[in-house]
Amino acid sequence: MVEFALPPKSRIKPGKTWPAPQGATKVKTFRIYRWDPDKGGNPTLDTFHIDLDDCGPMVLDALIKIKNEIDPTLTFRRSCREGICGSCAMNIDTDNTLACLKPIEEVKGTVDIYPLPHMSVVKDLVPDLTHIYAQYELIEPWMKTDTPAPTSGERLQSPEEREKLDGLWECVLCFCCSTSCPSYWWNADRYLGPAILLQAARWVFDSRDEATEERLDMLDDPFRLYRCHTIMNCTATCPKGLNPGKAIADLKIAMFERTG
Amino acid sequence: MPSHDRPLSPHLQVYQLYRKIAPLLSITHRVTGMLLFVLGTLFVIYWLGAAAYGPESFATAQAVFGSPLGMLVLFGWTVVLMYHLANGIRHLVWDTGREVSNEGVRRTAYAMLASVVGLTVLAWAIGLAVAL
Repeated sequence: MVEFALPPKSRIKPGKTWPAPQGATKVKTFRIYRWDPDKGGNPTLDTFHIDLDDCGPMVLDALIKIKNEIDPTLTFRRSCREGICGSCAMNIDTDNTLACLKPIEEVKGTVDIYPLPHMSVVKDLVPDLTHIYAQYELIEPWMKTDTPAPTSGERLQSPEEREKLDGLWECVLCFCCSTSCPSYWWNADRYLGPAILLQAARWVFDSRDEATEERLDMLDDPFRLYRCHTIMNCTATCPKGLNPGKAIADLKIAMFERTG
Repeated sequence: MPSHDRPLSPHLQVYQLYRKIAPLLSITHRVTGMLLFVLGTLFVIYWLGAAAYGPESFATAQAVFGSPLGMLVLFGWTVVLMYHLANGIRHLVWDTGREVSNEGVRRTAYAMLASVVGLTVLAWAIGLAVAL
């Protein structure tokens, strides 16, 4: 359902402002979305001041510094701090990206940080990913074959066949793209969204997979695939530089070509 | 189980679609589509209705559309039509798998906007040349 405004209990209220550090010359202001399930109430926007001379270069460094030194209750996901785990996906300075790959210096003025858009918030910057993982499970993201595996060893691919998977296998499932997509905001109950469709393409275009028809049958639905209207927010926001919009376009073409 | 109902994270409030070219042109396509349908239908019904009613009412309708305000509205409607047409062709190009990339979005956006200007000017040049 298209709902432009936030529900009353989700609207953001002013929050706490923490004092600026003493004697710092390079202070950057961070405004961070906060919501505590134990306190309830409306989410708030807390203000923190960070001395950039005493902080790492990335937004994730600032978040870790805040958690270590100012407010240990600040909650966010993070793991690898190098853009390979996809945990620290959030909305920074109006775009979805990975906090570990976003240099603080790229943000002019105040750094505004929110959870991934249009998601149910577990706490602070942590969205509930249950639904999107269920959608991932729906596309059966594993190799499906009928023929027995060759006795000589692995199922082989030509270099050309392998090349078709470039730009698809690199996805780390951070869901920056799906949560940047207005179509996914309004239709997440039935539309699979760019991240999951890119994963679907990764198996549809794998020469070793033998369930291509079955996979396309599953996607052949007015909502699952065709709620994509080529808005292209997904490709614009992908922190890994991938192109989910193109993966979806290729799926649509594959769908058309098999109908003849 | 959460002790309190979870809030919905902000979306349009923080994403600022109007500041990003790809979604801005996309929503404009929808708006122009609706304007075309609603205004176009009303204009055609009024114009044909007036014609069916008699020469006098048709002359009135012609005067309404020919007045400066009427011409301005029709000019706006032409821009809306050309936008929806040119951007529709842009969508057809995307459907063939071409220009589906960040660079492609920008490239085709400029080409599309330039053809909106060109087509609108051309339509009015032809229209005025025939009328005058």
